[in-house]
Amino acid sequence: MDNGFVLEKLKARFGEGSIESSVFRDELTVVLPKEIIVEVCRFLKEESQLEFDLLADLCGIDMYTPVKRFGVIYNLYSLKNKHRLRLKTFVEEEDPKLPTVTTVWGTANWHERETYDMFGVVFEGHPDLRRVYMPDEFEYFPLRKDFPLMGIPGSIPLPKK
Amino acid sequence: MGLEHALGDSFLTTKLDDAINWCRKNSLWPMPMGISCCAIEMMAFAGPRFDVSRFGSEVFRFSPRQSDVMIVAGTTTYKMAKVVRKIYDQMPDPKWVIAMGACTSSGGMYRTYSVVQGIDRFLPVDIYVAGCPPRPDNLIHALITLQQKVQRGESKGSFPSYVGDPKLNQPQPLPVKAG
Amino acid sequence: MDTRTEEVSRKSKILQALEDQNTSVTFDDPLENDMILNMGPQHPATHGVLRLLIRLDGETVIGCVPEVGYLHRGYEKLAENCTYHEFIPHTDRLDYLSPLNNNTAYALAVEKLLGIEAPPRAQYIRVMISELARISSHLMFLGSLAMDVGALTVWMWAFREREKEYDLFENIAGARFTTSYTRIGGLAQDVTPQTLAMVKKFIDEFPGYLEECERLLNKNRIFIGRTDGIGIISKEKAMDLGLTGPGLRACGVGHDLRRANPYLVYKDLDFAIPVYEGGDTLARYYVRMDEMKESAKIVQQVLEKMPAGEVHALKPKKVLPRKERVYTKMEELIHDFMLVNFGVAPPVGEIYSAVEAPKGELGFYIYSHGEGSPWRLKIRSPSFVNLQSLTTMMMGAMISDVVAIIGSLDPVMGEADK
Repeated sequence: MDNGFVLEKLKARFGEGSIESSVFRDELTVVLPKEIIVEVCRFLKEESQLEFDLLADLCGIDMYTPVKRFGVIYNLYSLKNKHRLRLKTFVEEEDPKLPTVTTVWGTANWHERETYDMFGVVFEGHPDLRRVYMPDEFEYFPLRKDFPLMGIPGSIPLPKK
Repeated sequence: MGLEHALGDSFLTTKLDDAINWCRKNSLWPMPMGISCCAIEMMAFAGPRFDVSRFGSEVFRFSPRQSDVMIVAGTTTYKMAKVVRKIYDQMPDPKWVIAMGACTSSGGMYRTYSVVQGIDRFLPVDIYVAGCPPRPDNLIHALITLQQKVQRGESKGSFPSYVGDPKLNQPQPLPVKAG
Repeated sequence: MDTRTEEVSRKSKILQALEDQNTSVTFDDPLENDMILNMGPQHPATHGVLRLLIRLDGETVIGCVPEVGYLHRGYEKLAENCTYHEFIPHTDRLDYLSPLNNNTAYALAVEKLLGIEAPPRAQYIRVMISELARISSHLMFLGSLAMDVGALTVWMWAFREREKEYDLFENIAGARFTTSYTRIGGLAQDVTPQTLAMVKKFIDEFPGYLEECERLLNKNRIFIGRTDGIGIISKEKAMDLGLTGPGLRACGVGHDLRRANPYLVYKDLDFAIPVYEGGDTLARYYVRMDEMKESAKIVQQVLEKMPAGEVHALKPKKVLPRKERVYTKMEELIHDFMLVNFGVAPPVGEIYSAVEAPKGELGFYIYSHGEGSPWRLKIRSPSFVNLQSLTTMMMGAMISDVVAIIGSLDPVMGEADK
């Protein structure tokens, strides 16, 4: 199984227009619109010749552009065919909402919580969307490019000496 | 038996404070607040090669109510700072704190939004140990320096009247020894 | 006589008075209510700062919520402000029980991004140090699991072996523990023949010491009673939750990245992947013990097959040149200056590269914008994902099994919290 085969099956099922793809260092990256992302994931997991049954990684990325600022990246792996694939979708800054894929892979639960914690991307339909690394009362989203590395003084309280 | 043979039929005179401090320094029971990588070196410090129980720290009491010295080993984040302070407050007097490693002394290599830049921002610290992580020999040296401090009756965190003469609690320069 | 009748009548009045009082109180059955127990961030057996909120019905666990984040140090934001070389010491502190493995994983990821490869001798040495790091991490697992279920001697013996390995690491890399040994395009320095002789001596004696520990535990009725049938997870649930590493191999799935997508020189080496059925704590223990023996076999093969040669790739604009050339030649001096101050500049693009760490699949996702520091670096840490399956494993177990289950999962919070 190789990248060309996967791309053909995807285009055959979802049409040529909505899918852009690129290959870098032998890895296929497919960019999708956010409305069809759950269907694509389910298709990739259940289709008999593809079987991408392990969601290796789900992360967010801040492109810092005026349009399509936040991206969410899904790194998939097929245990049977030993093949990797990457899916990418983008959301806007004013409305960073995306449907959740926890119904397809249970492991996406904590990954999506981490993306929400670090970037502020809200996953609709997530069973338990709260922060995972920062304390629950923290008001900012640390991995955005406009948040300083040293943090904002006073944003988390410290016990008195 | 050996002691009575060596001393003969006589008696020793000393100050009560010195005797109590001698007992205290030779049985310092640490409470290991092992948070990250330095905890592994602290376990090695309690392990078979750099055995710390020969210096009196026989058991590592994980309960703060039964320990004398808290060894904070590992990066302290803001989320964890509340927990460390709570445990420090539960320790009975006299108590001492060893800040192990670069992360607890000054934030270490992490100058980020979630790491406290040194635990002395919320805890009174007696001994700072340098290293990332410090070797167990370094930590044993820190424990011995702390024992000298205990013998003098100094403690930064405890209420002074419990620990020897209040006059001794003035800051004094530590004797610098080579090696 | 009179006083006696008076006493009798007085007593009966008291008795009367007592019997008339309505002193009955109804209690709810305390065994029918749930209790929430906080197994806090500071606990001797939680392997670091992991907080567990356990819902108990008597002594049985009916629900569990792990809370992480007490060691979140902001690695990913740090990576955006460091060059690729400056991030290497940070990778040591991820899974701090096997730092050399993390160094190798990161160096492989950046080399994939740049499109270069390390020379053969460097690859063999990287395999050797990765397997030594795997032995070190599994020895720690052995010691802590045994200590958590009560066998303290095994912890001392495991630490004795780890100290011998620390001597080896000191000779190879210069530091006992946080080594930062690999570089992009090779290694920091070569290994001397004396060090290789020390490694050979350690590996020859290691299976003997491992057998001593096994003799104490494998047929021990208490150890088996505390680990057999505890913390079971089924194969489908494990794959759905993304469990990788020894946890997955103990459920019957023979997935190992060294075999499935071979990297470095694992294609040329002969080793087996231990797979056990059962999915419980005892199976995870057996998998890790067998993995240690396989790692010893791999190191022996590497020592025999090690070629002579360079340990730095010769790609001037991407790999730090050697110091003697920097001090004598002009181009190397300029390259050194540019690489140290501005970082290696890979092309625009993104990669995901994963290796088989002792805990599972350790992956690095790097998105590069063409500059010296990455635009986004995501670390896919195995412990973070493995901790999700803790809830499933703890259902129906008793409260005293919680410690054994966490020990068998072997999470490392430095990695889980990044």
